[in-house]
Amino acid sequence: MLELIIFSTLNGLLYGLLLFLLASGLTLIFSMMGVLNFAHASFYMLGAYFGFQISLYVGFWPGLILAPLLVGGIGALVERYGLRTVHKHGHVAELLFTFGLAFMIEELVQMVWGKVPVDYRVPDLLNFSAFTLFSTTYPAFRMFMLITSVVVFLGLLLLLTRTRVGLIIRAALTHPNMVGMLGHNVPLVFMLVFGVGCGLAALAGVIAGPALVTQPAMAASLGPILFVVVVVGGLGSLQGAFIAALLIGLVQTFAVAINVSVADVLAPLGITLTRDSIGGDLWMATVAQVAPIIPYLLLVLVLIFRPKGLMGYRET
Amino acid sequence: MNFVKIMNGLPLALALVFSAIGVQAQNVKIAYIDPLSGGGASVGEHGWKHLQFLVDAINSKGGVINGQKMEAIAYDNKGSPQESLVQVQKAIDAGVRFITQGNGSGAAIAISEFIAKYNDRNPGKEVLYFNYAAVDPALTNEKCSFWHFRWDANSDIKMAALTNFMTDRKEIKKVYVIGQDYSFGHAVRVAANAMLKQKRPDIQIVGDELHPLLRITDFTPYVAKIKASGADSVITGNWGNDMSLLLKAAADSGLKVNWYTYYAGGSGGPTAIKQTGLDHRVFQISEWHTNVPAPAMEAMADAFLKKYGGEAAQGWWYLRMKNQMDMFVDALNKAKSSEPKKVALALADMKFKNILGADTFMRPSDHSLFQDMYISSFGSGTKHDEEKTGWGWKTTTVIKGQDTVIPTTCKMNVPS
Repeated sequence: MLELIIFSTLNGLLYGLLLFLLASGLTLIFSMMGVLNFAHASFYMLGAYFGFQISLYVGFWPGLILAPLLVGGIGALVERYGLRTVHKHGHVAELLFTFGLAFMIEELVQMVWGKVPVDYRVPDLLNFSAFTLFSTTYPAFRMFMLITSVVVFLGLLLLLTRTRVGLIIRAALTHPNMVGMLGHNVPLVFMLVFGVGCGLAALAGVIAGPALVTQPAMAASLGPILFVVVVVGGLGSLQGAFIAALLIGLVQTFAVAINVSVADVLAPLGITLTRDSIGGDLWMATVAQVAPIIPYLLLVLVLIFRPKGLMGYRET
Repeated sequence: MNFVKIMNGLPLALALVFSAIGVQAQNVKIAYIDPLSGGGASVGEHGWKHLQFLVDAINSKGGVINGQKMEAIAYDNKGSPQESLVQVQKAIDAGVRFITQGNGSGAAIAISEFIAKYNDRNPGKEVLYFNYAAVDPALTNEKCSFWHFRWDANSDIKMAALTNFMTDRKEIKKVYVIGQDYSFGHAVRVAANAMLKQKRPDIQIVGDELHPLLRITDFTPYVAKIKASGADSVITGNWGNDMSLLLKAAADSGLKVNWYTYYAGGSGGPTAIKQTGLDHRVFQISEWHTNVPAPAMEAMADAFLKKYGGEAAQGWWYLRMKNQMDMFVDALNKAKSSEPKKVALALADMKFKNILGADTFMRPSDHSLFQDMYISSFGSGTKHDEEKTGWGWKTTTVIKGQDTVIPTTCKMNVPS
């Protein structure tokens, strides 16, 4: 049991940190520009594919640096020549723009790399088990993912709270017009934030690609969860996104380990439910079976009872 | 001058165009409807290569019924039953009368029911459905149809064989059942529980798990749970990414159990098993594997590998599709017609000696093929290996075709 708890915690933390790498950029972009970037997870996918392509020529490590830079650059260009132009027509147009962009990127990826998962390998340097606990091994690459994510989180936190750039970004989050009046180039700040956000998503892609599966569906499968993280955490709040990401990572991982169903809970109360009762499988489904939808349940509950999210300061 | 030249060439060009149309109209078309994108894409692509390879071979040997060519067309159903029906309709609209599908019993049931209904409403324009791999028992029992033929042993047959095999292995004490949350996964789970209880009541079933179909990219939490349960054996019907990623997660976590599987040999599976280091501890039940001694089949498997990707690529896998296409050709030639109803009647009671030289037969009462089944284990010291791992499949037990026969509840509705 202890073994299950320890490893579920590790796996949950890892998944949560990965979500955070993605959500951090998304939440900053969202609160700054008011745009829910539907294409955010697509940049994560691009990161994984770029990392894979680069790893074919010069190995994994250069890809770890180059892929996020490239994708960040693409993101900045998208903001400069796409979003900024569309911005004139309001938020709905921007939303639709990113929506279309997500489909375009997916189609492009399928054309270039095919529909079948690519063989993105864990680098040889990290292809061993980091430690063994109760006879379960933990791969070194996962350890590396964990550490990278924590380092990025700390870096981001320091950048936003301890530097001048961070000060301007935080100010632009809430009072963009005022910041502009003070002589700062707000559009440039937007472009940089968008670029860096996409770069962070790409970094998540590079480190997740070899451990999970690098395939054209990876963006579509992760995208919806990101919105949950952003909403639950609260708009524009990095700390909120961090807590929400970890929460969802842990909840999803632990839910898999729980085999309790409604019928089990009600059984001691003398109520017997079977597959043939009204409602059928609803009573028999275990928490483990419904694990994938628990985050969305959380989303619905948060929107009803605490619309501004855990740490947010304005209504969604 | 130029104009005259064009006018001179025109009749020839027109003749070519018309003859091209003429030839096309005579082609016997077969539509391949399987996932070519999403989590099942690697499996779907692999099956598509098989079909193309077989159709090419049929055409290079002179085609069917007095020299007609066969033509295979691929449609992507994304692994979903709903999308399958859209694609079936598309295929029918394109003039296809023969449809084959295999990956996913959910999609298979939807297609079979759709075609039965379609054929009822469109007499004279019937469509036939060849199922090369979807093994939910319902397809040849309560949901059986005259227009559906299956070339793989159904899930209950496979589970009966696997559990018979497990009965003699006294070291098995605790079993974990994990599967995909859809019709086939449910069928496997029910059969495994019932059969183990009957044959080995002393075995404790320590886990009975269903997970979402083809959507999980990290099985580590599930593997942690298997580990915590103390299981010494795992039974799973998983296929595609759900099999290879489960094995990959087991390798990463160092899970040491015996695996009793339907599809561990699928794409990515062998590589993952090699990583787990479980030498001859992963078992699979199938109608064939690369180390079944049969020169004709080995030669064909080699030719397939040569054509599609060489040594490192995944080799031949679906003997069942070879059986299907061979029997389809026999039925076309016997019926001397590509009319689906006549082909179906020719197929319904066909006896067939396959490329291994073994006897197989189609049972008219439920349209399912009975054939020898092999339980094999994956490990070192085999003649052919898989995915360049150096390990390959080795036969542990052969179950003769007639010993795999189980009763059916199908009430076949033969159209008059």
